[in-house]
Amino acid sequence: MRALCYNGRNDLRVERVPDPEIVNPQDIILRVIMSSVCGSDLHLLNGYVPTMQEGDIIGHEFIGEVVEIGPEVKKLRRGDRVVVGSILGCGECSYCQSQSWSLCDNSNPNAYMVKPLYGYSPAGIFGYSHAFGGYAGSHAEYIRVPFADRGCFLIPEGVKDESAVFCSDAFPTGFMGADMADIRPGDTVAVWGCGAVGQMAMRSAYLLGAERVIAMDRHKHLLEQAKNNSNAEVLSIDEIDIQEALKEMTGGRGPDRCIDAVGMEAVSSSPQYYYDKAKQWVRLENDRPIVLREAIKACRKGGTISIIGVYGGFVDSIPMGAAMNKALTFRMGQMHAQKYIPRLLDYVANGQVDTSDLLTYKMPLEEGQRGYNYFNSKSNNTTRVVFTP
Amino acid sequence: MARTANLAQAGVLDIAPVDPIPSGSSKINVGKNERWLSVGAGLLIANIGIRRGGIGGVLLTAVGTSLALRGASGYCPINEALGRDTSDDKTETNVLEISKSVTINKPREEVYQFWRKLENLPKFMRHLEDVKQMDDRRSHWVARLDSENPAAKALPKVEWDADIVEEEENSRLVWRSVPGATIDNSGEVRFVDAPGNRGTEVHATIKYRPPQGIVGEAVLKLLNPAFKQMVKEDIRRFKWLMETGAITTNEGPSGRKPETTNPALRQPMQNPAETPQNKTKPSITDESIVL
Repeated sequence: MRALCYNGRNDLRVERVPDPEIVNPQDIILRVIMSSVCGSDLHLLNGYVPTMQEGDIIGHEFIGEVVEIGPEVKKLRRGDRVVVGSILGCGECSYCQSQSWSLCDNSNPNAYMVKPLYGYSPAGIFGYSHAFGGYAGSHAEYIRVPFADRGCFLIPEGVKDESAVFCSDAFPTGFMGADMADIRPGDTVAVWGCGAVGQMAMRSAYLLGAERVIAMDRHKHLLEQAKNNSNAEVLSIDEIDIQEALKEMTGGRGPDRCIDAVGMEAVSSSPQYYYDKAKQWVRLENDRPIVLREAIKACRKGGTISIIGVYGGFVDSIPMGAAMNKALTFRMGQMHAQKYIPRLLDYVANGQVDTSDLLTYKMPLEEGQRGYNYFNSKSNNTTRVVFTP
Repeated sequence: MARTANLAQAGVLDIAPVDPIPSGSSKINVGKNERWLSVGAGLLIANIGIRRGGIGGVLLTAVGTSLALRGASGYCPINEALGRDTSDDKTETNVLEISKSVTINKPREEVYQFWRKLENLPKFMRHLEDVKQMDDRRSHWVARLDSENPAAKALPKVEWDADIVEEEENSRLVWRSVPGATIDNSGEVRFVDAPGNRGTEVHATIKYRPPQGIVGEAVLKLLNPAFKQMVKEDIRRFKWLMETGAITTNEGPSGRKPETTNPALRQPMQNPAETPQNKTKPSITDESIVL
């Protein structure tokens, strides 16, 4: 089959690789219908995530048609159109059974790689680094899906592929960001990052009772989309003093809930950015926590910081004094796909949320590099590029 | 002082009460002075042998080498046969320890019974080739390092008999190898209810005595972290098998060129797939780091 393979920093090529096969009895093989780029792929492509190998098939946000079924798969049939959560969960360990699917004990075969750094290993992720499992990804014609009964969800009739694909990762991640923020009636929610995940967090924040959503980014077209489609008040970080604006827009209180939908490759024009960039360059720091620092300062006393942007390693100069003395609550984590997806498919099916507007370009796999270039630079008004293998 | 990870011997874990009985070259039966003498004389004789050449030289070299080895390791098979023991304070190689625990989200009885059927163990212990239960107490074990590393490959197949010396149904097993094992070993596996319905804690401690006297001790001390890693991986696979019914694997396609091993991990491939057009790379797994 054809697959989009990582071959080094920002070097993607379509290659012919063997078709995947059923290995474990709970596996299925899926014919990939759509597979989206994701911001976390950029961390891989830009070289900030170790343990990538040449030849790795990337991609983890996808829908497809079931074409082969392992002997122990009970809920799925050939021909089913399903959305698959990006993070694998076995469904049997204590974490999965308490709905903390992204902490699955059993889905990362390379747990030993990440344990020295993290102490304990989180779940495996499709199409990601080897430390997170080294599973073949979805930018391919076919993909093996382990623990299929747990990770695959039937797409309701009437829900378009273009909407369903984002129920794999962007929507559950954004929704979990809002869920963790513990939104109460009347709350103002500030969201850093207006990409697909950030915008899903905004739409989810309203679903969960937010009064107002204030969104920040530096890309005009994303701010425009957040304003028009996600009903947010928007601030362009390059033009406006964010701290002042958030304070004055909220009557001097500050936002109640702050969501970091950016993570380790945050960009700004402040001196801090160049400080972190320089440290990353010489490998003294893995991540640039610019958004995190800003959110801690901006958040109202006793408020909540919810982190869904991805961090990988170490960060510097976190204003712990502000966090501690303002009694902030921190919530964070990779999303628990299997917990949220059924509920989110309902929202899409009954029209409460539309996700299809996130899709800017549909491309064949062969245009993979161009698609990621658009996405990385957010040029050509790109929110998301989706491949149709 | 270095901080120890030998938690059973340090008394942190109340586990593994029995030490392996030293047998064969795990014993030290040559005293310190005699060892130095043995090494010195051995090297001298070997040196003369090498210079002399010919059949006599070869013989001398062989005698010298075995004398030197006897001195270095502190174990002499002739002493053993004669019942002669000139050792002073150190009479056996030190016990090395590996301890590892895991919590499995299944009832204690189920976890214990699976383990107690010792024939099941090779299903998740990668280096175990075979276990045969001979009677209630005694079992026969065969292990082999299947590493690609030539040094590890050169190691022989390891076989031993073991006795279960203490058993409490559904809660603990204590075993000890029968004297004459390639590597004298003992240990305990304990099964405990985790608090608050968190499943079953499995605590395993393996103790072993390096063979080949003091030389073996030095080598195996260096290798112990690698063995510990193997045990960790085995225990993790045990959890996978008990909880999910299968061994988790990332086996699948990639765009890597055909190769027989994953160079980063030096591990043999499990299931070399077809390679259409000779262009593509078959499936790989990058499971555990082995030697």
